[in-house]
Amino acid sequence: MTIALSKFDEVRLDRVSRDFGALNALREVNLTIKRREFIALLGPSGCGKSTTLNCIAGLLPVTGGAIWLDKHRVDTLKPEERGFGMVFQNYALFPHLNVRQNIGFGLKMRGTPRAEIDRKVNEAIGLVRLQGQENKLPGQLSGGQQQRVAIARAIVIEPPLVLMDEPLSNLDAKLRLEMRAEIRRIHNELGATTIYVTHDQDEALSLADRIVVLKDGIVRQVGTPKELYEAPAHLDVADFMGFRNRLKGKVVSHENGHAVIDVEGARFKGVARDALAPGAAAVVAVRPDDMVASDEGPHALKAVVDTIEYRGREFVGTAHSAQGSDLVFRSDHTVEPGSTVHLTADERVLIFPGQN
Amino acid sequence: MTASVTTTPARDAYGPNLRQRLAARGLDAVTLLAVPAALFSLALFVYPFAFGLVLSFEPKAGGWLSNYQRFFADPFLYETIGKTLWLSLPVTLLNLFLAVPIAFRVRLMRNQRLLTAILVLPITLGTVLVAEGLLNYLGPQGWFNRTLMTFGLISQPLKLVHNYWGVFASLLITGFPFTFLLTLSYVTGIDPALEQAAATLGANAWQRFRHVYLPLLMPGFAITFCLSFVQAFSVFPSAVLLGAPAGPTRVISIAAYQAAFEEYDYSMASAVAMIMGVVQLAIVVAVLASRGLFYRGPASGAKG
Amino acid sequence: MIRDTTLGAKLWATAVWAFVIFFVLNLFAMIGTVVTSSFATRWLGTWLPAGWTTRWYYSAWSEFQLGDVLLVTFQVVGLVVLISGVLGVTAAYALARRDFPGKRLLMLLFLLPLLIPPITFGIPLATVLYQTGLAGTFWGVVAANLVPTVPFVILVMIPFIEQIDPKLEAAARVFGANTFKLFIHVLLPLLLPGILAALLLVLVRTIAMFELTFLVAGPTSQTLVVALYYAVFAAGVRAVQSIDAMAVVYMVTTLIWLVVALRFVNPAQIVTRAKQQPAH
Repeated sequence: MTIALSKFDEVRLDRVSRDFGALNALREVNLTIKRREFIALLGPSGCGKSTTLNCIAGLLPVTGGAIWLDKHRVDTLKPEERGFGMVFQNYALFPHLNVRQNIGFGLKMRGTPRAEIDRKVNEAIGLVRLQGQENKLPGQLSGGQQQRVAIARAIVIEPPLVLMDEPLSNLDAKLRLEMRAEIRRIHNELGATTIYVTHDQDEALSLADRIVVLKDGIVRQVGTPKELYEAPAHLDVADFMGFRNRLKGKVVSHENGHAVIDVEGARFKGVARDALAPGAAAVVAVRPDDMVASDEGPHALKAVVDTIEYRGREFVGTAHSAQGSDLVFRSDHTVEPGSTVHLTADERVLIFPGQN
Repeated sequence: MTASVTTTPARDAYGPNLRQRLAARGLDAVTLLAVPAALFSLALFVYPFAFGLVLSFEPKAGGWLSNYQRFFADPFLYETIGKTLWLSLPVTLLNLFLAVPIAFRVRLMRNQRLLTAILVLPITLGTVLVAEGLLNYLGPQGWFNRTLMTFGLISQPLKLVHNYWGVFASLLITGFPFTFLLTLSYVTGIDPALEQAAATLGANAWQRFRHVYLPLLMPGFAITFCLSFVQAFSVFPSAVLLGAPAGPTRVISIAAYQAAFEEYDYSMASAVAMIMGVVQLAIVVAVLASRGLFYRGPASGAKG
Repeated sequence: MIRDTTLGAKLWATAVWAFVIFFVLNLFAMIGTVVTSSFATRWLGTWLPAGWTTRWYYSAWSEFQLGDVLLVTFQVVGLVVLISGVLGVTAAYALARRDFPGKRLLMLLFLLPLLIPPITFGIPLATVLYQTGLAGTFWGVVAANLVPTVPFVILVMIPFIEQIDPKLEAAARVFGANTFKLFIHVLLPLLLPGILAALLLVLVRTIAMFELTFLVAGPTSQTLVVALYYAVFAAGVRAVQSIDAMAVVYMVTTLIWLVVALRFVNPAQIVTRAKQQPAH
């Protein structure tokens, strides 16, 4: 393998801010990325994840802070001076250049000798498995093939850092899964360092070594997929990790990291994510999978069923409680809309402090 | 998880360098690319206009307003405004009234390209050639009069050149295609689904035109009228070659030309050019101001 | 439009087409008159001339010094196309891609020379050029013709540049292209069809641009259309057929380029370019 990515130790974002007029798209983001890491920037649209990527790439100047590649400050460099590889959301393949020319573009800009360009481009084509398509124009390729060209173009210049901006969002569901695996394979084979922007938590969880959750331009949590999935630090991270049921209640007791909460007379026991004094307001967060319709019990929450959907192995329903909380639950048998169900949650229940 | 978040203590404030700060305000090397063209326009368009304006107030003789006093005191000069309007307004209106129904028809054609290519001919050839062609074609022995006489429609040849009608014809033959192509581009810009929607709601052809197309097209028609009018108002070569440049078709541009190149009075010529500009502007502003009364949003339904 | 099949609608359609046919017939007959006359030996009071000849072309060529005039015309047109291309495309790129203070004012500045008829701004322009001694010279004619063509190229190119995805430029930059390389390797190939179309239209318009050339040209810097005007203006000095032969030369010169241009652009573009801008 001659595609050898540049050696470095870490990329460091030091209090990086980006304002658009009065809007703070990024607020003092601190983040260190180690070599060979696969980092996912995750968040809803407008959270600042693409802004972060564009600041790293140099497509947007930062308005505060600095970006370091080891000892070198890079945020003051023009994008063409940074040498990072980037995969764009709609691929941004040059429509007038064929596959080979597209992939070789970065090398050509660097004045690499023609023979070396040919050799490296061939290798990149092999790596992304595009043999036989070399002379086609981007318009003649399928979405997945375009995606592969975009990846090859980004890695062939042997960048210290590969930036990917929602690269799978334009593909259909099946291809998305396939390319997801490809991206991870290429990352591993090359020993690349990748920053990957996505709004899809499944993608982030399955691809990344570490996930950075952003909201409103602020880093809310950084952690491994497992940490984020099981122990989101904040309610909004939990929201993003699929804790769709959020019930307001009051703390009954709190000991050894576990709390019991009273919600409309029902009791939920779960992991306390913060200090909780008895009597204080709290929010219970539960995934739909863990909110189960069960028999009548002393601690169950009563709710009126609104809709019920068949999902193969089980039924998924929506309901509302007496005080109007909306709920999504799982059931192993069908229930009639309008009827009352008793909902309980035993596992993976999180308790966050609430507002009165 | 906090291990990876660097907690650097406050250091000297970083930030963008000067190049980046200017770029954030839209000023960078790319913006500078507009400078040569802007300087060019300032030197050869704005400066001459300003120069002409100032010059028009520095007459060869008399007070600073005497050019304008002379213009409005001399019927040979001030009547040119009326004569020019008397030519340009009817022609422009006629062109527009002809162009609208034809544009609605042509819109249905699958192959509009041939017709539009033919209509682009007189615009491309220009007024000088049209004047030269019409001189012969509309003349007493020309094919036009000859055809009318063959069919017995007239017994004597019509006098169509070296008078008002010669200029009128030339403005029609170059002006109509211009007006038509503008109108066509506006008409085709309207989403056909709007008309279909109106039809399903029970509107007949006239009602669809009156209540759907007309309100949406009014701003476009106003622009078309202005551009066509301004062209017709500045008629020059055909007024000289096809008209009666000392009489009924002594238009304002002839007065300006004569002041500049026959009397060598550039100050007076500038004054006439300024008056010409003001009259054009007055009509355009009046038309566009009335545009405020009409709907001005997108004319293409959902995609706006 | 929904097709209507009532009698009234059919009559209406017939009337509309009758006018179109009448117009096109007259247009062709007018052109036909010029062409016929240029080949006529003697043509007085009859449908067709008494005989046919090509000698008027030889006499027009020498009488009007058409060789020199054509040379000047092509030199003027070539330079106007080149300069307005360079100035116009670069400015259009800046205007399409950047927002900066004063951009609207600049757009207005480029729009005005297209909206104001040449004769209106041509007279003050000619005055300035006479004062600076440029009028009457070759470069004066080129400068005057550039006044409307530079803005024309800008306004044609702006939408064309805007439809090129800025992400492509971002990609080129990320992969190491500086502004110059970006232009050569990415923008120029993508913009070439638009530039070609814009410049062909400039070419056709400049050949036919009478007013500005007329106002600033001297005896040695006339273009064909101005020479034709003077010939018609002084009718009676030369044989009508000779003038008509010159008119045919002019038509052929213009139409060759028009036909080339029509291969690349929609005919409507020749007149409608400026209208998108004032529409708002």
